[in-house]
Amino acid sequence: MSTPRIRMPASAKAGEPIEIRTLIDHPMETGLRQQGGQTVPRKMIVRFEALADGELLFAADFRNGTSANPYLAFIARFEKTTALTFVWREEDGREYRATQRISVS
Amino acid sequence: MSAILIDRRLAIGGLLGFVALSGAAASEAIPAEVAAAIREKVGAAEASEGGITLKVPETAENGAFVPVTVTVHSAMRSEDRCTAIHLFATRNPTPGVASYQLGAGLARAEVSARIRLAEGQVLLAYARMADGSVRRAAARVAVSTGGCLT
Repeated sequence: MSTPRIRMPASAKAGEPIEIRTLIDHPMETGLRQQGGQTVPRKMIVRFEALADGELLFAADFRNGTSANPYLAFIARFEKTTALTFVWREEDGREYRATQRISVS
Repeated sequence: MSAILIDRRLAIGGLLGFVALSGAAASEAIPAEVAAAIREKVGAAEASEGGITLKVPETAENGAFVPVTVTVHSAMRSEDRCTAIHLFATRNPTPGVASYQLGAGLARAEVSARIRLAEGQVLLAYARMADGSVRRAAARVAVSTGGCLT
């Protein structure tokens, strides 16, 4: 549960546009849904951050309209070999992390 | 439950009046609650049409997973840089979908995501540029099976 997945190339040329695709298994419960006459408790990832060598590359603030298992794709460029960190944060502060490295020539 | 929420929201919109959107897919009125959510995230700056593309299917089979791509025409350099994209649903129980913050390391101002739509409606995308200007795009999506409360 809540396993993050990152799809991106392991290497790239300097400045080349690179697509980064991210996905995490998560129900993204809004607290509005009913099941068997009961309200399913709210459980939401509210923030996603992609950091490149510690600098913010891309972030998302999720609200109710974001699907379960939130998927995001964005296009970055790197001038040098970079360490990437991906963080998903639930409303109560719980975090899920993934790391990736891209070799730039 | 959803019907009650939507009816109440439309009633509020009816009382407070609607903000009219100009442009093709968005000649439709924005309910007051949605307009308030937009003001909170985007600010009061006047949005211009053009320079932004909102790609969604004309008909979404499953409202729980609707693919969406927002592309802002920007070289992502200096003044022309897009710094944020905001998505709003005009007929969901809550209008907020997501806000995306775009760092200087991005090659393009393009974000793909999957969103929930409770019923067929107009989706709105706003882009904030580094010079403070705001761009807007709208698209109508038909939904076969609603996605928010299922």
